[in-house]
Amino acid sequence: MKQLEFKPKSKVREFLGEKLIALNAYAALIAILLIFVFIFKEAVPIFTDASVQEEASLDKLINKQEYYEGREAKWSWQPNSEVPKFSLYPLVIGTIKAALVAMLFAIPLGVGAAVYSSEFAPKRMREIIKPAIELLAAIPSVVLGFFALMVLATFLQNVLGLTFRLNALNAGIALGLAVIPVVFTVAEDAMTSVPQSLRNAAIALGANPWQISLTMVLPAAVPGISAGVVLGFGRAVGETMIVLMASGNAAIISASFLDSVRTFSATIAAELAEVVFGGTHYTVLFFIGSLLFVFTFLINLAGDIVLARLKTRLQGKPS
Amino acid sequence: MKKVLITTLLVFAAASMVLAGSNITIKGSDTLIRLGQRWAEEYMKVNKGVVIQVSGGGSGTGIAALLNGSTDICEASRDMKEKEYKLAEEKGIKPFRVSVALDGIAVFLHEKNPVAELNFAQLKGIYTGAITNWKEVGGNDARIILYGRENNSGTYAFFKEEVLNEEDYDEYTQTLPGTAAVVNAVSKDPNGIGYGGIAWATGVKYAAIRKGEKDTAILPSVKAVSAGTYPISRDLYWFFNGKPEGELRKLVNWALSPEGQKVAESVDYVPLPAEQAQAGMIK
Repeated sequence: MKQLEFKPKSKVREFLGEKLIALNAYAALIAILLIFVFIFKEAVPIFTDASVQEEASLDKLINKQEYYEGREAKWSWQPNSEVPKFSLYPLVIGTIKAALVAMLFAIPLGVGAAVYSSEFAPKRMREIIKPAIELLAAIPSVVLGFFALMVLATFLQNVLGLTFRLNALNAGIALGLAVIPVVFTVAEDAMTSVPQSLRNAAIALGANPWQISLTMVLPAAVPGISAGVVLGFGRAVGETMIVLMASGNAAIISASFLDSVRTFSATIAAELAEVVFGGTHYTVLFFIGSLLFVFTFLINLAGDIVLARLKTRLQGKPS
Repeated sequence: MKKVLITTLLVFAAASMVLAGSNITIKGSDTLIRLGQRWAEEYMKVNKGVVIQVSGGGSGTGIAALLNGSTDICEASRDMKEKEYKLAEEKGIKPFRVSVALDGIAVFLHEKNPVAELNFAQLKGIYTGAITNWKEVGGNDARIILYGRENNSGTYAFFKEEVLNEEDYDEYTQTLPGTAAVVNAVSKDPNGIGYGGIAWATGVKYAAIRKGEKDTAILPSVKAVSAGTYPISRDLYWFFNGKPEGELRKLVNWALSPEGQKVAESVDYVPLPAEQAQAGMIK
């Protein structure tokens, strides 16, 4: 058998090849950094530009305003108005409401499916369930949104006798469909990576499968499951098309989950395209974008850290 | 509105820059900016060397720019006010008005809604939240569910200007991307009301609209808009300083040609009746 030989010439090639691959990796990093800088740069006038601050200072974004003399002060998102109103409060409420419903819907389903798939399902069944749920992630969100707009909204309205067809519940359930695969995949991975030796020990002590999964595997995988939940929450907050289509997009402050909601992401998607470049409205939308960016970045970071810790713990390495 | 340049259309290849064709600036109405841009794009495709810059800011901004001589064409969704005409005269500017397209908005109701007609006062009440129950306008005892367009759309702005007199929409107005989505939502909502471009409605019914209480209620149609009888409609104008000559004349005549009007239709404006477009052309 002929031995592989490396001649000096190929060393140059090797060097170049290695650098090229490294460059690819850095490119993604640089891209993220540049996007980060760009988004923040466009939002900066909120803090520096007097003409922007006139309509949208931090105070006006956060606190109640008396928009018309003599009328009650309120929070309001009406960017295209004689008196532009840029209160973020209704949008914060909307974003949280939609994401909350999504999580309440997705956590039991996602975690339940993960428990079944990793602990109880026969091997053949498992090979069907896993890809099927992961396929859910491959459905374009615009399709999920359209489904919620046309089918789900009508169903919910008929069953629950709702006043508003498009509401936080409707959008949240559709969002939940997008979040389930995230929760499921991460939770399932966490559970299957619980070492076999632990299971064997439990079996040796006479535990039945139900006891093993509930009292041993589930607690051991909790950090992984919570990472899945956190990542899923990030997805729910950042997801755009579904809420844009299914939520009704009315910027309302109310506690009811049956009212329409307007989320951060949907607001950007709906308004950015034709906004006056560099104007107040534009700046505020980029400010919202920055908030979303920071928020999802932190959430993803937290999820990843938890996951990494879990891995070292389960593999018995000193942390 | 900020007097900020919205869009600088086009930086053609260096070659055509050297040949330096004419530069045309268009400024004004945000309702018309989409149409102005599309026209500019199409026109520049066939007339290499012409550079057209389109920006928005509102009709008022555009008219001010025309009076200052800082734009060649002013786009406006309204006629100039008497004060503005007077100011123009003082400044030695001779505004020359050309209708370039029409704009009309229909109001959609669910097919089973007993309400058939609405006047402007009722529409304003409904969309500002002063009227919240259908029985107040002769319908069932049910809450009115408002649907509308996103706040960046020309339709949103037009309805707000013409019907709401610039008051804010009620915060419960659900906004949807596109007229098709609004029509869809209303078709599934027995208590829904929506508005959007005409010639869209399937599965919903049009409300006949009357301006005042004593006017005749008119159902929306391209014909009624063209004829000027449908009340939620308006002419969209281009203003020039004096009768346009040369490249400007070529541009406006092209916009009024069947080709230009087809572009207008493709971005949801109502084209001018053929005779009116023909008559508007500059000889």
